[in-house]
Amino acid sequence: MIRILYFAGLRETFGIEVEDMALPAPPTVTQLIDQLRQRGTPWSDSLAPGRRWRVAVNHEMSPLDQVLADGDEVAFFPPVTGG
Amino acid sequence: MPTIRVQTEDFDISCEVAQLRARNPRIGAIATFIGLVRDLNQGEGVAAMVLEHYPGMTERSLDRITREAMDRWNLIDALVIHRIGELKPLDQIVLVIVASAHRGDAFRACEFIMDYLKTDAPFWKKEGTPAGMRWVEARASDDQARDRWQSPRLPEN
Repeated sequence: MIRILYFAGLRETFGIEVEDMALPAPPTVTQLIDQLRQRGTPWSDSLAPGRRWRVAVNHEMSPLDQVLADGDEVAFFPPVTGG
Repeated sequence: MPTIRVQTEDFDISCEVAQLRARNPRIGAIATFIGLVRDLNQGEGVAAMVLEHYPGMTERSLDRITREAMDRWNLIDALVIHRIGELKPLDQIVLVIVASAHRGDAFRACEFIMDYLKTDAPFWKKEGTPAGMRWVEARASDDQARDRWQSPRLPEN
């Protein structure tokens, strides 16, 4: 299983803060995103390739081809605006 | 070792500077930065703000940024405090303090830390305007400010 967190605008749009999912096959961030997009709107719109969102794995910004492992924490969020 | 704090409470720059400089008599220069909530953003009045963050990743990100500054310049100490939760205009949001032997290192490292904090640390601002609550959009100028530090033309020391 992996844990998925959503923050800020994405959390509100999806109406969910955290969920657990089975490890996708193949176990990559790209595959996970494909699975989420298959849920239809608003997932497919908000996680569309041209939209501005970021993904982190285990608290590190992640490339899309990153391989996931059991127990990983994946987070989706908009570009950051602190400071 | 840098000090990183993410907190809802306000901070006092005088206390923080006093504590930091009392630790080490080699400190000859301290640069500080405070970010504040403004009552105007993108042409609209802002009455309130909520700051959300990603617990765990936030501290890790701020620690990494600060350590990178300490590697890059001759720093003696550094501190970052970032507030979360509900804030209003005039409130303090973020404090950066950088201590070094000489001013150049402190000035540059302070700006470096803020530029990376703005683009890399997982905080998100939501503003209350007369039209309702809205998420603040990330600005391309913040990415440009950070990318300046990657230019080989900039002196690093």
